[in-house]
Amino acid sequence: MPELHNNIRIALPFGLHKFLGISTRMKKFHSRIPNIVMLPCEVMVFLCAFYMLPSILKSLTDKSQRREGRSALLLRKMMISRQLYMMLLIPIAYFIIFKYLPMFGVQIAFKKYMASQGIWGSPWVGWSNFEKLFDSYQFWRVLKNTVGLSLYELILAFPFPILLALGINSMNNQRYKKIVQMTTYAPHFISTVVIVGIIVQFLSLRMGIVNIFLEYLGIDRIDFMGKPEYFKSIYVFSHIWQNAGWGTIIYLAVLAGVDPQMYEAAIMDGASKFKRILYIDIPALLPTATVLLILHTGRIMNVGFEKTLLLQTPLNLSSSEVLQTYVYKVGLASNMTDYSFATAIGLFTAVINFILILIVNAIARRLGQTSLW
Amino acid sequence: MNEIRDGSTDRWFNFLNYFCITLFFLAVLYPIIFVLSSSFSSPDAVLYGRVRLSPVEAGLEGYKALLEYKPIWRGYANSILYTVVGTVINVALTLLAAYPLSRKSCYGRNGIMLFMTFTMIFSGGLIPTYLVVSSLNMVNTMWALVIPGAIAVWNLIITRTYFQTTITDELLDAAQIDGCTDFKFLGFVVLPLSKAIIAVITLFYAVEHWNAFFDALIYLRDKDKFPLQMFLRDILVMNEVDTSMIGIDAETMQAREGVRELLKYTVIIVASLPVLVMYPMVQKYFVKGVMIGSIKG
Repeated sequence: MPELHNNIRIALPFGLHKFLGISTRMKKFHSRIPNIVMLPCEVMVFLCAFYMLPSILKSLTDKSQRREGRSALLLRKMMISRQLYMMLLIPIAYFIIFKYLPMFGVQIAFKKYMASQGIWGSPWVGWSNFEKLFDSYQFWRVLKNTVGLSLYELILAFPFPILLALGINSMNNQRYKKIVQMTTYAPHFISTVVIVGIIVQFLSLRMGIVNIFLEYLGIDRIDFMGKPEYFKSIYVFSHIWQNAGWGTIIYLAVLAGVDPQMYEAAIMDGASKFKRILYIDIPALLPTATVLLILHTGRIMNVGFEKTLLLQTPLNLSSSEVLQTYVYKVGLASNMTDYSFATAIGLFTAVINFILILIVNAIARRLGQTSLW
Repeated sequence: MNEIRDGSTDRWFNFLNYFCITLFFLAVLYPIIFVLSSSFSSPDAVLYGRVRLSPVEAGLEGYKALLEYKPIWRGYANSILYTVVGTVINVALTLLAAYPLSRKSCYGRNGIMLFMTFTMIFSGGLIPTYLVVSSLNMVNTMWALVIPGAIAVWNLIITRTYFQTTITDELLDAAQIDGCTDFKFLGFVVLPLSKAIIAVITLFYAVEHWNAFFDALIYLRDKDKFPLQMFLRDILVMNEVDTSMIGIDAETMQAREGVRELLKYTVIIVASLPVLVMYPMVQKYFVKGVMIGSIKG
């Protein structure tokens, strides 16, 4: 590892020197201006240079300035859109810093990260974090919970908005239709915390309306939040309650775009409403549904998170601990935070998601449907 | 579909359809009404589960108790601040990014678009992002809540598509003939024409900020910086209500329990009200906005 002596004063843009663990001393001039102001300035300089450099270099080394070579044409194209590039400066900087830089930092999954030494300084340990992961008994249980919950959600919650959209679209009464739509959109805007709050109140053993209703039916009261076997259902049903209405927006939009002549032709051929749905509406929705399904599989391993974290109780932990909450607990919440280990889990999750997306996309393409790429 | 009349076999289908949809509609509506009614009931009624549909022993006790619960209002103010600042940054950056990407003359825009959409399918993860944010000294400040999520690629895509379909080439040519620069065009022509999509993404981002909880959980340490959702979590999920804060006469354990339960419902209503009131106003825009964005995109 290269060692930089304290005599060398280097400050990398956006305080990166700290992130990378290079021991340096900040230039005096840097320390006077607050970080948040230096950031955009440094970024803009950096990106301007980055953009202009290749073309500048090319035009400098290009001997034949007479003919408009490819590089000069390129430079001219870029000069025309220079204002557009300036607009893109800050957004691109944002993506680099907050999206791609963490990807770069993912390498600590292969190191034993120590905050004092930063990324470069931490020793390389290869696969040992992953070995530790696969050896831990917790991991397999957590993985099983995650996959189980995800599949359950996929099977139940994914088709629901589609069916609902088909139903709403077939409604004749326009006023009732609007009322239904407006009402079912509303839960989407309620925060996760509130949703969990409502769930906890409704399922409460003592005074929850669900248990009161069960008692009315003569069934014993159930401690829903304390029993692991109910967790999946609680999670998925509340997910449907919250998001089904909102999910119909896209599908209804597609259905609204279907050519009415197709319906007329079908009616003339004697197709009932049900048949019309089967043969016109559903094929119309298939491309959109496929794309959404592909995007959904890209988040299979990320299932839960906020809602799961909030719905966890010490009693249902055996089925409510999923990968994301596990990462949070190991990485940030416990006393002995192990950043490397948590990052290893995160990397494992991201890679699995990515592979799944590739697979599902390939399958969709093979079946002749629209795909993401 | 108005000219198309339903056949006789369709009557069964219609009946079934309306039945199922009504079931779902009621299932969605009931919890909302229940929470609303409970918030207007008495502590006793809530504690013993006597509320079914309409308020029992109606009164404003819950709201009175809430008014005196100081931490909530601190959280409320924080949430308002974070939402306003956050949404302004979000919308500004999204517009700034979407406009150039919608222009055909922007060289390399497909590459840049790929650069941005790739982040939707692969990301660094929780810990590396946390490390980046902390190395920028943003932990325990408002900026950690507002900047790391500045641009949501989904919103970027629908804005870009909106621009592509609404800002025609003729418009652009006309403006350029008059000597309009790109920046001026964006400010004086594009923005006034894009009110619909701006309303949509403003709503999306604002709701995101208002409901945000996890970022505050991992980045904030001081209690007086917590947004509303953190206090909600304490009350609703962790059952930690500081009843000493409530000025109401609550000597007996039971009365205190009752107020605590009642407070939960009241606080749900107060926290969700701003959003639920705002969204119908923008509703007509976002159906169209999402439609344009997603079909063509």
